[in-house]
Amino acid sequence: METAATPKKTKKAKQTPFDYSKYIRGGKLPHIWCPGCGHGIVLKSLLRAIDTTGRSNNDFALVSGIGCSSRTPGYVDFNTLHTLHGRALAYATGLKMAKPNLKVIVTTGDGDALAIGGNHFIHTCRRNIDMVIMVYNNYIYGMTSGQFSPTTAQGMIATTSRYGNIESPFDVCKMAEASGATFVARGTAYHYGELEKILYEAIMHKGTAVIDIIDSCPTYYGRFNKFKTPSEMMEKIEKEGTIPLKQAAGLPPEKLQGKLIRGIIYKKERPEYTSEYAKLVEKAGGKSK
Amino acid sequence: MAKNGGRMAEKKKKFMQGNEACSEGAIYAGCRFYAGYPITPSTEIAETLSVRLPKFGGVFMQMEDEIASICAIVGASLGGAKSLTATSGPGFSLMQEGIGFACITEVPCVIVNVMRSGPSTGFPTGPSQSDVMQAKWGTHGDHPAIALTPASVQEIMYETIRAFNLSELYRTPVIILYDEIIGHMREAIALPEPDEIEVVERKKPSCKPEEYKPYASNNGDIAPLAVYGEGYRFHVTGLYHAEDGFPTNNTKLIGEANERIVNKVNKNIDKICINEEFYLDDAEIGVVAYGVSSKSAKFAVKEMRKKGIKAGLLRPKTIWPFPYKAVNKLAKQVKAILVPEMNLGQVYYEVERASRGQCEVKGIFKVDTEAIHPKKIMEEIEKFT
Repeated sequence: METAATPKKTKKAKQTPFDYSKYIRGGKLPHIWCPGCGHGIVLKSLLRAIDTTGRSNNDFALVSGIGCSSRTPGYVDFNTLHTLHGRALAYATGLKMAKPNLKVIVTTGDGDALAIGGNHFIHTCRRNIDMVIMVYNNYIYGMTSGQFSPTTAQGMIATTSRYGNIESPFDVCKMAEASGATFVARGTAYHYGELEKILYEAIMHKGTAVIDIIDSCPTYYGRFNKFKTPSEMMEKIEKEGTIPLKQAAGLPPEKLQGKLIRGIIYKKERPEYTSEYAKLVEKAGGKSK
Repeated sequence: MAKNGGRMAEKKKKFMQGNEACSEGAIYAGCRFYAGYPITPSTEIAETLSVRLPKFGGVFMQMEDEIASICAIVGASLGGAKSLTATSGPGFSLMQEGIGFACITEVPCVIVNVMRSGPSTGFPTGPSQSDVMQAKWGTHGDHPAIALTPASVQEIMYETIRAFNLSELYRTPVIILYDEIIGHMREAIALPEPDEIEVVERKKPSCKPEEYKPYASNNGDIAPLAVYGEGYRFHVTGLYHAEDGFPTNNTKLIGEANERIVNKVNKNIDKICINEEFYLDDAEIGVVAYGVSSKSAKFAVKEMRKKGIKAGLLRPKTIWPFPYKAVNKLAKQVKAILVPEMNLGQVYYEVERASRGQCEVKGIFKVDTEAIHPKKIMEEIEKFT
């Protein structure tokens, strides 16, 4: 072993394993997520993206609402705020205005962000306030044991749609863009490397950045809809169900049927809210922070 | 006082509306963040602060609804800004869940409710005093409640400052309740010099960040509250939490935490409760009234005294926690206590409870959106002579 490992060691020294302990709060694990859930993978991508920015833990605030994904802030060593169902963006907005230098990241789910929190989602995007909104989109209310959500596709089974869901799902990205977000992207837990890059870009963007993160809930969505294993679920929904933006560009619409586009879908520079507010303060003759 | 080149500073006087006085009080108290949603009859608070706050580098935000407003002020407070929202009946109902969050997470903030007629849309431009119980029991679960009931334009200003001070001191949301009449009434008020006012600043931690426990209470003390982004990376959650702020399933800790947040207010009732006593020393008939109804009651008591009838007024400026001791003392002394209020009986029952059968307690209720006339109170007083 020793002789074989010796030459590899130098190589390994170059690629030091990523040290998560800088970001994970000691003693707060195990987490509440089920085996096979993608939330842990998304968290890894996020921590790696944060690490790439080179900024201190003190510079980040993680804010969440209620649900499985909203438990994320409790596990990580930043300024963390776990709030009410649907209201994370409103708390995050208040915090950002009081401390404009904080980089605020919101971890939220499809139900939290788009059903109970739909109004806040629209208006946060409209203001284009500097904030990263990560929508962990697993098509189900996991925390309350599997009810259909605003992103559940038609015909799918949940505990409150036993005959098949009759409602039309939201497209998170289209909604974000139409509402005024200036960075709109989609990634998946399966494509964790790509997600890390997207998250890094989102953090560096000045304005509201929304990332629709396709994720899997094997415990409820998977079981009800006859996916045999969590990995089969990831492959079907996240791998086969999505296509990179560049690849999609050359394809006719029929080839894109049933596929979600991945990557940075929309990016635009537009006046950002905290900067505009600083100008307003100046106009009023006040002193800005 | 020797400002302005040695001249005796003349107190600035200004003709002001109740809602404007509230905004001025907030500025004096150091409020630097306001989030709200337009609603009659509280809107002037938002309008004035949208002009005033930026001048101090403060933030004014018009949110998408009242739910967002209460949440935003709690977020801003955790960012170190003294924060305010103002609303009226329907908006106050929408804010209740957020008020509970501020209670359990112990985040200071101030909520103004300019009471209007209800339920539902009711009569938006008409006054009422029917949210007194909502201010106490509006949010679910057992929780602390501090609510102030100013009765004049000048008092709105001072009570707004006191609300911020209490909120910082006890790390809890404080509610200011007044009605449409006082909110829209104009009076000449004196504007104090900033150094004439006592302003409580938030107690921040001095320990090392890794040792900081945002909910550690030693001998009933209230733990200092760090500001996000200043090196103390702590966790805040609406779940029951241990003293380090992280969620807990420990039933003992849950029980202790719930009792602690309620007791931190209840144990300080004597410091929080302030009452005005008017002709109470030798009173044989008492009136307990607050807000606009206390104005009518005061007039009635004066008129009765002219006739030689020994009436007196007890006027709570703090309605929650309720001044049980003061009312109980009054009940020992008088034949009867009258409780005029613009609702169908809310504070009345608290007075009855505090009186413990020592005297008769009679309510004078009115919900037609017109103030209770002093004549009505005089008639009722005379019935006991």
